[in-house]
Amino acid sequence: MPERVAIALLYPELLGTYGDGGNAAVLAQRLRWRNIAAEIVDVHAGEPIPRSCQIYVMGGGEDAPQALAARELRSGSILADAVDGGAAVLAVCAGLQVLGQRFAGEDGKTHDGLGLLDCETHRDDGPRRVGEVVVTPEPELGLSELTGYENHGGVTTLGPTATPLGKVVVGNGNAGGDGTEGIVNGRVVGTYLHGPVLARNPELADHLLTSVLGPLEPLDDPEVESLRKERLHAARHPHMHMPQLRSGWRRLLRGS
Amino acid sequence: MPAVDLPLRTRVAALAGRAIADASRWVGAGEGSVIGGRVTLAIDQRALELMAAGHQSVVISGTNGKTTTTRLLAAALASRGPVSTNSAGANLIPGLVSTLFRGRAGAAVALEVDEGHLAEAIAAVHPTAVVLLNLSRDQLDRFGEVRRHAADWRLALAASPDTVAVANADDPLVTWAAGACDPSDDAVSPDGVHMNGGARRCGVTWVGTGQRWRADASACPNCGSRIRWDDDRSERGGVHWTCSSCALARPRPDAWLEGSDLVLADGRRLNVRLQLPGRVNVSNAAMAVAGAMALGVDPGRAVRGMSRVRAVAGRYQVLNVEGARVRLLLAKNPAGWAEALDLIRPPPTPVVIGINAGVADGRDPSWLWDVPFERLRGRVVVATGERGRDLAVRLRYAEVRHTYEADYRKAVTAAAAGVMGRQPEIDFVANYTSFQDARRALSSKVRGGPPAVRAGNA
Repeated sequence: MPERVAIALLYPELLGTYGDGGNAAVLAQRLRWRNIAAEIVDVHAGEPIPRSCQIYVMGGGEDAPQALAARELRSGSILADAVDGGAAVLAVCAGLQVLGQRFAGEDGKTHDGLGLLDCETHRDDGPRRVGEVVVTPEPELGLSELTGYENHGGVTTLGPTATPLGKVVVGNGNAGGDGTEGIVNGRVVGTYLHGPVLARNPELADHLLTSVLGPLEPLDDPEVESLRKERLHAARHPHMHMPQLRSGWRRLLRGS
Repeated sequence: MPAVDLPLRTRVAALAGRAIADASRWVGAGEGSVIGGRVTLAIDQRALELMAAGHQSVVISGTNGKTTTTRLLAAALASRGPVSTNSAGANLIPGLVSTLFRGRAGAAVALEVDEGHLAEAIAAVHPTAVVLLNLSRDQLDRFGEVRRHAADWRLALAASPDTVAVANADDPLVTWAAGACDPSDDAVSPDGVHMNGGARRCGVTWVGTGQRWRADASACPNCGSRIRWDDDRSERGGVHWTCSSCALARPRPDAWLEGSDLVLADGRRLNVRLQLPGRVNVSNAAMAVAGAMALGVDPGRAVRGMSRVRAVAGRYQVLNVEGARVRLLLAKNPAGWAEALDLIRPPPTPVVIGINAGVADGRDPSWLWDVPFERLRGRVVVATGERGRDLAVRLRYAEVRHTYEADYRKAVTAAAAGVMGRQPEIDFVANYTSFQDARRALSSKVRGGPPAVRAGNA
């Protein structure tokens, strides 16, 4: 195990719209709680990507910043080299799309992706996919149900050999009609789940960490468990979690 | 009251809207401004345009600070004469309509407008001036693109050549949008067409507010390239910024802040003394002074008028809860929190934080992870609100000592429990609908709420 685990947060100013920077914070903190030194390296657009990190994290962003991030990433092969060298990658939403073969911008233009994941993303005329998501992960990942929040206009179709992260129970996920969510290629994990996904799903965080560091001792997460229970319930019973509706009834009953 | 020379249809529409609003208020269903405005618009679609025509008017918009700035600007205008303003926070089109049908003939009008509806409001009101505060992420689930707002603003301003813009020079998105009013601006519109080429434009008053929030403007709104911030080059109240590829850059401010002094390009210097706390409100006041000046108010007089404002729609209000003095603060998004963390009193003052994710808040509270809550270490924090559990997890990872309490009053009692002394001071920070829930739950006087405020903004 390296003396200090370095987690690269790629382009937080471009791919940071949905709080996905929190994924890096979760990874680092879960190492520190196990007495493993960890640091987060913010990599800004225009700066070279460091080669020596163990985990690379990318989040979601708006269209113009996403295209800019893809341009920056394509200017070198550092990310692919790092994965070959044993590093893991978590790519969320726009990040997932950028790691695929191709993705469409809002203007309809097709941009080249990095090709680390065998998928491509186009746009359809439908409304953005927005809301709570529940996913049953692929059994070989050995993870509990995933909870998250999606918000994207893209439709991602997986290549013939690609493995999804799981099957959608509530929500849209990849939205390509096959009921899949996300895509996994070895240590590279792509997902549409915000939340941030690792804050709501600590098992996925530990899965990424063990994929580069080997087995780790378990941590107690009672607060996360309460949150997970609440979110999984909210996703399955949305009408019971509409605060406006509920307080409307309360107001009516109280007669004020 | 609307002017008498309005068409009969508009007068009838205004009267009907007012009657419905009064009835709604009378039966206790709230302020009635939304329903009243809707009734007026149903009878006369052009009511807003026609009623606004006779007035000197200013509209105020942006992601953060619009209610406070509108209140300050209205106070500045009131130093000169009557003012109509939507102080109840009803900032969508029906709310604007009902503000006008209650307005006096000849009154100046100051309207707070939701950033997603500003373009529509400009097109209808053709305001004398528009005050553009800032644009940042808010309501993640609803508005995917901050830049789209900026583009809508820009097009609306280009089509309203008699409107003067008062714009925050430290916000690239706002700067690009306001460029539509600037005779020297030759940037292109999003679809690649030169905008308003050669047409008359009223101009922009650029204000150096010293805004520090940059995270939402890293890509140039004009061309998509990177924005560069030159931290070594500070001038006229802010850090210089430029686009790395096109001509968009921080304009030279016509008014700027040096500490709490507002400096004007002609050399005048005004001390902005407010009863509202924090640097952010000095910035809001700077924008409001410039807005008042655009309507012909003397800046000294404007500043004196603003100094009387104490609390704005419950913000900064202090409530007595079971012997504790609870100060209410509003913070809706990371940019707002960046300011709120400066406003919170130092440890050991306990902090209660209320987080909801209702429609008006945005249903996705992921933005909690973009707030540096680590700064709250070393004191007691109580998490509450409908999404208090999301906050609790965030606080756990930030290693902030905290508890979770679903009930607002119990949350305050829990926060007060650890404090020595008779009258513990507590800061209660909440996002939009949680703030209203907190006001309702904690204030014995307004128990039962003003529900119309919530409905109006939602």
